[in-house]
Amino acid sequence: MTAVVVNGTTWLGPRHVTVAQVVDVWCPSPKGVAVALNDEVVPTSRWKGTVITDGDRVEIVTAAAGG
Amino acid sequence: MPEWRDDPLVIAGRRLASRLLFGTGGMASLDALHRALAASGSEIATVALRRVDPQARGSLLDVLAELAVSALPNTAGCYTATEAVLTARLAREAFGTDWVKLEVIGDDRTLLPDPIELVAAAEILVDDGFTVLAYTTDDPVVARRLEACGCAAVMPLGSPIGSGLGIRNPHNISLIVEQAGVPVILDAGIGTASDACLAMELGCDGVLVASAITRAQRPERMAAAMRGAVVAGRDAWAAGRIPRRFHAAASSPTDGLIAVDTR
Repeated sequence: MTAVVVNGTTWLGPRHVTVAQVVDVWCPSPKGVAVALNDEVVPTSRWKGTVITDGDRVEIVTAAAGG
Repeated sequence: MPEWRDDPLVIAGRRLASRLLFGTGGMASLDALHRALAASGSEIATVALRRVDPQARGSLLDVLAELAVSALPNTAGCYTATEAVLTARLAREAFGTDWVKLEVIGDDRTLLPDPIELVAAAEILVDDGFTVLAYTTDDPVVARRLEACGCAAVMPLGSPIGSGLGIRNPHNISLIVEQAGVPVILDAGIGTASDACLAMELGCDGVLVASAITRAQRPERMAAAMRGAVVAGRDAWAAGRIPRRFHAAASSPTDGLIAVDTR
């Protein structure tokens, strides 16, 4: 198991889980979505190839109304 | 149409027919937002970046796309340059734009900008290829520093965000306008249409309005009012107003008055 903090909540995923897999769980239609892994942006093109390790922090964000 | 009607706002080489920028925060529903945004005639609307909500229904980005309005991501809620830079980079990835309305707040009661963190973030983002529109105080020196580090526009506040207090220091706004080599867009504090009109009469190149529209009792109608006010204020500024006088100056001829025996 891999314990990942996704958007502030601890989530238990399989070993060698990728960013793409985490996004798929949290946001099945990721249009207009961006991901940061430990405070660094992970471009969409690298989601499948980026493996998450135990204790990593993932932020998945999108548009919200705001001034 | 007279030729002076073709008077676009140009930011970083992009021509915008509307000088009213729309802030999307505070609207009750996406449907109400759609109607108000259409009434505003704005071509640019700000969006914030937040954690995905798996329960969310409908998309703000779809509303903007239907109206052919460009999203201007902001860094609202950031208190440090580090947070603002990461937020801007995430926004670039999410929305495919390198434009950013840079906000770095220094105080959660007044939401006033932190000029030191703001300039630090602006330097990093400009170096990183962003088109930075910087939300700032009404301090002309800070505005000059932001322009010097390569910001595409400066966005001084009229008064604190959401306060509706209007333009508390019109003289400072005039000083910023006088020295600026980039567009000046008044941001924050607008309460009603006359505030937006005054900003334009002071020579601002544009106005960003959020709460004054989105939290009005009838947002669509207020959006229309703001649209008219920005056009009126721009025309008044370009027309060149008369000087203020202490005493009256008659507008009717003083020669040729009839003689009347008033005894």
